[in-house]
Amino acid sequence: MKYKMYIYGVIFTVLAVAPYFLNPYWVDVLNNVGLYAILGLSLNLIVGHAGIFNLGHAAFFAVGAYTAAILNTLCGIPVLWLLPVCAITAGLFAGIISRPIIHLRGDYLCIVTIGVGEILRIALTNDIFGLTGGPNGIFGISRPAVFGYVIRKPHDFYYLIGTFLTVTIFLFHRLENSRFGRAVNYLREDETAAEGSGIDTSHYKLAVFVLGAAWAGMAGDIFAAKMTIIAPESFNFWESVVMFAIVILGGSGSIPGVLLGSVLFVGLPEVFRDFANARMLIFGAAMVVMMIVRTEGLLPQRPRSYALPETQKAGGSP
Amino acid sequence: MSLLGLANLTKSFGGLMAVNEVSFDVEDGSIVGLIGPNGAGKTTVFNLITGNYRSDRGMVRFEGKDITNWITHRIVKLGIARTFQTIRLFQNLSVLENVLAGCHCRMGSGSLAAMLRTPGERREEKAALARALDELAFVGLAGQEMQLAKNLSYGSQRLLEIARALSSEPRLVILDEPAGGMNGQETEALIGTIRQIQQRGITVLLIEHDMSLVMKACEKIVVLEYGTKIAEGPPEAIQGDPKVIEAYLGMED
Repeated sequence: MKYKMYIYGVIFTVLAVAPYFLNPYWVDVLNNVGLYAILGLSLNLIVGHAGIFNLGHAAFFAVGAYTAAILNTLCGIPVLWLLPVCAITAGLFAGIISRPIIHLRGDYLCIVTIGVGEILRIALTNDIFGLTGGPNGIFGISRPAVFGYVIRKPHDFYYLIGTFLTVTIFLFHRLENSRFGRAVNYLREDETAAEGSGIDTSHYKLAVFVLGAAWAGMAGDIFAAKMTIIAPESFNFWESVVMFAIVILGGSGSIPGVLLGSVLFVGLPEVFRDFANARMLIFGAAMVVMMIVRTEGLLPQRPRSYALPETQKAGGSP
Repeated sequence: MSLLGLANLTKSFGGLMAVNEVSFDVEDGSIVGLIGPNGAGKTTVFNLITGNYRSDRGMVRFEGKDITNWITHRIVKLGIARTFQTIRLFQNLSVLENVLAGCHCRMGSGSLAAMLRTPGERREEKAALARALDELAFVGLAGQEMQLAKNLSYGSQRLLEIARALSSEPRLVILDEPAGGMNGQETEALIGTIRQIQQRGITVLLIEHDMSLVMKACEKIVVLEYGTKIAEGPPEAIQGDPKVIEAYLGMED
């Protein structure tokens, strides 16, 4: 257990100083990895922990990004102030659409979420309410500023995204190891048994869905600030698939798994850019092999540990 | 005093009358057995009481309150916990976490309290952990907390289901074939456990095919056949009841 803390410590330190040794291109790659890690972690609550198959997560990401873009360009509100607003709009959107569909079983729900994602993307493309700018999207989103310091370069964004990611990991780790975290796991394992044990299953399904969506909305805000221009094509079905694959491949319900998944999915293709088109082939083949030999993901969810009294601990673990 | 009361409870599936006008009472502090041949509708009665099915007609009362067709988790919170005939544990979670599931409805911390790890949340977690360990010790599964539920033996899985039900602090616990898959020795021990549950002041309603368990443990027995109640009374009376004997032995070749 102890050596693990050292490994995490070393990784954290290396990542903290990494921008000083990397050119802007690679820092930007890491920024993307970080953004996808945040998205992956938010989807992990829904897919990994609660077992709700959501293949439309890009929709909530989009709601957050467009909320930030519209309110920033029209009202001039600083993007970082909009973080809670984006969380609320994405969460609200998730709440409204999930109300009638959340009781659906796995595969059916999955199809509906794909539909929702596509509907939203097409609505954005068609310049809904005259606010979204159609296929060209919205441009001229202002740079975020922290205490007057304007975040502009990839290096600056690195620390913004890094901070957000660290906070996310910290909070989600606590959430996992709590009554809430257990409740959604019971839901995934056996819904009838969960309800029969006194868990309000429909409440928890909705709650975890809204929470995951709200977090994706905040990631959308950061994304809008980073890009300064957003368009519907940034939120297509493929994005949802990547987020989904990050969770499943990395390890459902496992924070280290999702982090590794985002490195592999977003970072690795950049490393293998030299192989041009063959890289996607290798990538696909790797995925197939993975799903056959390691179905639970690269770093699967580990059982929670509890502070058992010494006597029980001795004979406890198998 | 009657803790649980069923009045003319009726449920049909398509053309099949699974439960037909069934009425009986469960006295507070008693152990009541529900028996009958396969397909008599015993488990359906349980599912109607616990809200897994919606009844067509009739009423379920608990502590004088009409709980007919309440949603399941509310019924659990009110004080009725159950086990399942086909074991329904959270297979990939630890034994301890299975029991903590039962504690859930007596806790209140939400997602925000969890992320902030408030003092109240910590206190609650600690209390739940202690309670879960107590219940595991009660059914005799102490020392296996960190095993995965699926790695337990069949008999132990049944006991774990009982521990999970008890950890929700019920007033009535409903056991659906608790001795299913147990050997003679385990069944003997189970009878002891059921009596201890009663001594804790918890009322027990159970379905069981093992007649020795039913006759030894239950104070009252209700007999169902084809969804209809055919007899009700103390074990001695049931054993001598000609209708019951016919239901069980009538088809003998």
